[in-house]
Amino acid sequence: MDEMNDQIRRVIREHGHLSVDIDSLADDADLYQAGMASHASVNVMIALEDAFDVEFLDSMLKRSVFESVDSIAQALTEVGVEA
Amino acid sequence: MTITAGTDAGLVAVARRIADEVAAPNAAEVDKEARFPAETVAALREERLLSALVPVELGGAGASLETIAQVCFELGRRCGASGMVFAMHQIQVACMVDHRGAGAPWFDDYLREVVAEQRLIASITSEVGTGGDMGKSVAAVSEPDAEGRATFEKQAPTVSYGPHADAFLTTVRRAPDAEPGDQVAVLTRREQMEMEPQGTWDPLGMRGTCSPGFVAKAAFAVEQILPVPFSTISAETMTPVSHILWSHVWLGIATDAFDRARAFVKAAAKRKPGEPLPAAIRLSELMSELSLLRAEVGLALREYCDLHAGDRAKLAEMATILRFNNLKIAASEQAPKVCQEALGVCGIVGYKNDTPFSVGRHLRDAMSARLMVANERIHATDASLLLIAKEV
Ligand SMILES: Cc1cc2nc3c(=O)[nH]c(=O)nc-3n(C[C@H](O)[C@H](O)[C@H](O)COP(=O)(O)OP(=O)(O)OC[C@H]3O[C@@H](n4cnc5c(N)ncnc54)[C@H](O)[C@@H]3O)c2cc1C
Repeated sequence: MDEMNDQIRRVIREHGHLSVDIDSLADDADLYQAGMASHASVNVMIALEDAFDVEFLDSMLKRSVFESVDSIAQALTEVGVEA
Repeated sequence: MTITAGTDAGLVAVARRIADEVAAPNAAEVDKEARFPAETVAALREERLLSALVPVELGGAGASLETIAQVCFELGRRCGASGMVFAMHQIQVACMVDHRGAGAPWFDDYLREVVAEQRLIASITSEVGTGGDMGKSVAAVSEPDAEGRATFEKQAPTVSYGPHADAFLTTVRRAPDAEPGDQVAVLTRREQMEMEPQGTWDPLGMRGTCSPGFVAKAAFAVEQILPVPFSTISAETMTPVSHILWSHVWLGIATDAFDRARAFVKAAAKRKPGEPLPAAIRLSELMSELSLLRAEVGLALREYCDLHAGDRAKLAEMATILRFNNLKIAASEQAPKVCQEALGVCGIVGYKNDTPFSVGRHLRDAMSARLMVANERIHATDASLLLIAKEV
């Protein structure tokens, strides 16, 4: 789990354009409240697909699924990434 | 023309009568003087149509979105501005009905008041500094005081029927330190607001919407904040419902432009029976353009109603957002195109403002469609979503 979350955090750091340091946020902290804009969230999704070599389902491509490190980890698990 | 099933024929018949008997005879003056279509709104109030969307358990008619869309079409056909005022009001009501949340008695009470007093609700979503990007705000809700009262101040560039509304649904940041995209929607009564007018309203079209700028200051109770994030309200209700109801108004405008072109061709055919009539061919071409618009608008309405009644979570998915953004772009480009082609059919009598075949107002009204949230902005959003969405 830790490895997956670390990689998620790396992607968010690079593409999420947060207004705070991702290291200062808990795994369940709201990324949008931390300044992630819609456009940046799409870049996070694309980078996650690339980093984990998976494709999200349409049913996962919505704001709430990319709300926190935890919710992203859950979505990745659903598409077959081993925690 | 009936756009969909699932409509309340009685309510639509009432709306059609108001459109024909009240909106139509005043449309030219409303346009010329850029004045509010007060008599149409009074007639809608009289028939309790302002609360049609309010659920039966709160005293409303519990009308379907299909019915409301058909009313937008009927009004838009006779007076684009009247149709747009009605559409915008219903969008605010739909947001409250969908997102008032369980155990939010303030909004239940307010919706009862919409029924009893036929309140007219305006919206303050756009803002100086963010333009048409509804997903960001500059203004913020202040820190609530000990009694749970808060304030905001928002620079609003365009507030339709601002001087005539009883209440306003305004987007603002959730708190003074919240990010631009961390928004809520607040419903405030006119008495709770100080509206300082900014500039004038002398636009190309949609003149009767009376939409000048304001500095809007409000003091309110925190219960008046809708209890879900604006991002949810926007994705599930405000954006798709806006695109659906606006596009029904635009379809109404385009349909009347087509009807006028058709009346022109028929009159010409009567004058010279049997003679070749080039305008008749153009009319036939125009009909196929109108039918494309009608198909897109009608289909989008059905798809939304199916999702809303069934799998509402799907409304937040990117593929769905793309779908209803596409409706807006397609309808806002096709409606003025139909009006312009109708002008081509009617010629100079269509160009003049005072003939039975005038379509100048239709064309000017329809041209507002592409900038009610700039199509360029929607394309930019779609371009980004298309990079990641799967089935679209
Ligand atoms: C009839 C009418 C009634 C209205 N009523 C209301 C109302 O009641 N309440 C309310 O809040 N608002 C209302 N509006 C405002 C409207 O909804 C828009 O928010 C407003 O028109 C946006 O301002 P803008 O045209 O300056 O566009 P902006 O979105 O600020 O854009 C400015 C310019 O930049 C271009 N642009 C923007 N983004 C991009 C991009 N990504 N790529 C390329 N070009 C881009 C646009 O095309 C435009 O030319 C109304 C508008 C109209 C026409």
